[in-house]
Amino acid sequence: MEVLLLNEDTIAAVATGLGGAGIGIIRISGAKAIEIGNALFKNPKGKTLVDAASHQLLYGKMIDPITKKDIDEVLISKMKAPHSYTAEDIVEINCHGGIVPLRKILGLVIKAGARLAEPGEFTKRAFLNGRLDLAQAESVIDIINAKTEKSLEYSVAQLEGRLSQKLEELDSTLVGILAHMEVNIDYPEYDIEEISYEFIHNAVLKLIKTIEGLLLVAETGKIYREGITTAILGEPNVGKSSLLNTLLMENKAIVTEIPGTTRDTIEEYINIEGIPFKIIDTAGIRETDNVVEKIGVERSKKLLNQTNLVVFMRDVSKPISPGEQELLELLKNRKTIYIANKTDAIGNDDQDIEPPWIPMSLIKEQGIDLLKSKMVEMVYDGTVNQDADYLITNARHIHLLEETRESLENAIATMKTSMPIELVSIDIMNALESLRGITGKAVGIDIINQIFKNFCIGK
Amino acid sequence: MTYLGGDYDVVVIGAGHAGSEAALATARLGCKTLLLTLNLDSVAMMPCNPSIGGTGKGHLVREIDALGGEMGKNIDATMIQSKMLNTGKGPAVHSLRAQADKKDYQFRMKEVIENQDNLLLKQQEATEILVENGEIIGVKVHTGAVYPCKAAIICSGTYLKGRIFIGEVQYDGGPNGLFPAMSLSDSLEENGIALQRFKTGTPARVDAKTLDYSKMVIQEGDAHIVPFSFETDRIDINQVPCYLTYTNLETHRIINENMERSPLYTGDVTGVGPRYCPSIETKVVRFKDKDRHQIFIEPEGLTTNEAYVQGMSSSLPEDVQIALYRTVPGMENVEFMRSAYAIEYDCIHPTRLKPSLESKDIKGLFFGGQINGTSGYEEAAAQGLIAGINAAQYLQREQPFIIDRSEAYIGVLIDDIITKGVDEPYRMMTSRSEYRLLLRQDNADLRLTPMGHEVGLISDERYEKFLAKKAAIENEMVRIAQVIVKPTNENNEILNSLNSSEIKHGVALSELIRRPEIKYLQTKNFDSDRPQLHWSVIEQVEVQLKYEGYIKKQLLQVEQFKKLENKYIPNGLDFSSIGGLRIEAIEKLQEIKPQSIGQASRISGVSPADLSVLLIALEQRRRKPENNKGENKND
Repeated sequence: MEVLLLNEDTIAAVATGLGGAGIGIIRISGAKAIEIGNALFKNPKGKTLVDAASHQLLYGKMIDPITKKDIDEVLISKMKAPHSYTAEDIVEINCHGGIVPLRKILGLVIKAGARLAEPGEFTKRAFLNGRLDLAQAESVIDIINAKTEKSLEYSVAQLEGRLSQKLEELDSTLVGILAHMEVNIDYPEYDIEEISYEFIHNAVLKLIKTIEGLLLVAETGKIYREGITTAILGEPNVGKSSLLNTLLMENKAIVTEIPGTTRDTIEEYINIEGIPFKIIDTAGIRETDNVVEKIGVERSKKLLNQTNLVVFMRDVSKPISPGEQELLELLKNRKTIYIANKTDAIGNDDQDIEPPWIPMSLIKEQGIDLLKSKMVEMVYDGTVNQDADYLITNARHIHLLEETRESLENAIATMKTSMPIELVSIDIMNALESLRGITGKAVGIDIINQIFKNFCIGK
Repeated sequence: MTYLGGDYDVVVIGAGHAGSEAALATARLGCKTLLLTLNLDSVAMMPCNPSIGGTGKGHLVREIDALGGEMGKNIDATMIQSKMLNTGKGPAVHSLRAQADKKDYQFRMKEVIENQDNLLLKQQEATEILVENGEIIGVKVHTGAVYPCKAAIICSGTYLKGRIFIGEVQYDGGPNGLFPAMSLSDSLEENGIALQRFKTGTPARVDAKTLDYSKMVIQEGDAHIVPFSFETDRIDINQVPCYLTYTNLETHRIINENMERSPLYTGDVTGVGPRYCPSIETKVVRFKDKDRHQIFIEPEGLTTNEAYVQGMSSSLPEDVQIALYRTVPGMENVEFMRSAYAIEYDCIHPTRLKPSLESKDIKGLFFGGQINGTSGYEEAAAQGLIAGINAAQYLQREQPFIIDRSEAYIGVLIDDIITKGVDEPYRMMTSRSEYRLLLRQDNADLRLTPMGHEVGLISDERYEKFLAKKAAIENEMVRIAQVIVKPTNENNEILNSLNSSEIKHGVALSELIRRPEIKYLQTKNFDSDRPQLHWSVIEQVEVQLKYEGYIKKQLLQVEQFKKLENKYIPNGLDFSSIGGLRIEAIEKLQEIKPQSIGQASRISGVSPADLSVLLIALEQRRRKPENNKGENKND
């Protein structure tokens, strides 16, 4: 049974809506909350969360403990048990960086040992720990029921199609391996071939590869939800601002407009065929440093590292400049869409513009639809449920897939040290249990059924 | 005409493997016990294979022994061959199995029972249970005698409305040519106990002098015999071999041609059979692509020619049986002494039992063995022992004796059948345990002897001996952690010879023994002051060192498991009064009446959301002041 019944572990979730609000709060509750928060937090004066007073805000930065990189500026606070909502130790991290750093921090919190909270779980803990009165209990039950059903719906929706097919494949391979291992263990004297470590090893490696593929897809899904960070690059006066304005004007669903993590750029959200794009407007750069040489290749590189997609724009009525040449060089191995703007200025010569360049005339409003379809095409080719809860469900799946992979890696390590088969079977069983966490199917009896289905045994 | 036959604390119905353990346990725990059997010559009879133990089952025997049961001692005294299975794998799945001299096994058990204080063994057929106000008050037998009692344990095996199938030949009968018990089923049903129909089968017994062993592969026992019982020091016997042979396409042809004469396929047998004991016809039909199946010839004893033909259980007509047996190499001229048959019988729904094996419907009535929908001598004995202990606890108004899934295979067995129910005869397999690495056969004594002592079935003398073994293991673990092996050329040469990597600085001996390729006994040259230790102590030291990391991981899982097991659900809780539970969950919970959140979590049809709701409801109840009195644990 899932550990969610126990209140001993530490849970975490984004406490504010994910609608793109400027400030987000991540809440961690449980015995390890302070330890986890502390490990990720850095205060300029060296104050730690452990030593901080309860219920006081502390300013600092969240850092990735492995890469040591700053994620975001935050205000952090701890609420010592039992003086908190759940009556457990709680840490709240207020960050302002929007959805991207919010997710990143949540990811780090989970990596550091917290578990993603189930729907209604903070409230449930609050109740079980005596923070809510009896009258409120009924509504807690409703919350759990409603949210469980809702998240199940999302799970099911998500599990349709390719993903579920993949999971099914993983599942049946694992069940097959386990049944074979178990029949060897429980029926040693029957003439059933002994499953070899070589066979298990190869099968497990294949499974790991499949899971990594799925995680990659999940990663795409993640990008998809948060918005694809897109930069419009090009020399001054080629028409970048006009392009952005055109896209923005057409797009009534501007999600938000907030200062980015780099103070001299502006992030704009636009929506093309349901896909959110976070456009990094380099207009800010141009205005502060009017000469492209001054922007420098270094600056562009830095910007490029934060983007998923680049729209490179040049003015076709002018020859390619050395600066543009240099930028084009930088863009070689990136997802880039090349725009040849100002076709109106070269008359009929636009016939000569060859792919990958997309001819465009912002004045004549030509080429914009082509760009948009190219943007969509280059990222993904479908539509996705945009509900905020989708993110949570998905994160749970990612977490379980990662657990599955970890157990499989353990299986390989166990085999490498020549440990006996019943220990390898523990790892494989753990992998299957994690995988089944996604679908909620029970494990035990399946293996035994598989044994009797696949093997002829018995006196 | 009825008459009063005498008052007893406990009446045990059936003297097979479950009934024998049950009656011995109650008598040894001070209860005046009557043990009823249909036939005094069938006490502790083995109507199927002549062996005790095997994968999972060997674990059960070890556990029965550690709790003070008789089965381990009985097989140690009467075995004619012994084998440790799975020695090519790790210690968690090593499994002991011994071939028994069947008659010897029966006679010794009968002798132990006859000589047990507080216990009377009688040949009488129990026909009725007497119930008053939902409580057992007596048992009536076919002669008219009535035995008033405070508790009864039903261990009726496959006798209830037993029906035998040998092809078209079908008749009411018990196993092995014995009479069935035709009346007790009705009495159970009249008292509200629902029954279901199960089926099992057994192969023919053949005359060994008509077998040609030269065409078979000999299967010897182990050179070193490991006893089942802690109390058995060593077993020195001349072992008798078994033999392996195979069916062939001719065998399968005969089966296929006569399939319409098999009651399994004509629909005459309606009972549910076990998938792990398929008849030869089932194997041939289900696994068409296999062109041969294994057949083991096992002797039934030292003083008989009867041999058991494992792998050839069948309900085909006798003439077909003989024809197909004679296609097997070495059996061309085989003569039958008893033919193969299928048997159908009544059993209860084990979900109607509490973890103590007491009926949820009738107070003081306990059930053990095949009547509970299980299969196998060892499974039966384990339940008989637990039912016996709990009948005694019940009479002495003590808490029920319950072993959980993390403590023993016995716990897995009972929890499985009472929580999930059975849809075929239940057989133990090591894969049924979540904590296989902890529930080893080699540490059954360490796991359970303290419980057996506490309950009163393990003598102080044996307990002292057990404590000494435990101390020896602990001392040796400490000692070898302090023995430092120096990186001398001599030592590294020894390591080389063991295909192990050299050491560059001093290393604790225990660290070397951790290496998979190094055995404790091979490290004697590093260890000049090594004490003389019993092999079973060395075994524990070695296992505990080599698998420490994995054992620790499982212990953590057990910790989580225990937390849920310890969240008790009060007796008599009306699940339908809890708002928010789904209807399916309410039905299942009302039927099973789980005693803890942990048990509830193992019921199929109860979801995590249901459990959350249940937890909240329990907390709600706990906080209501009127519920705060004495309701934290149930009976």
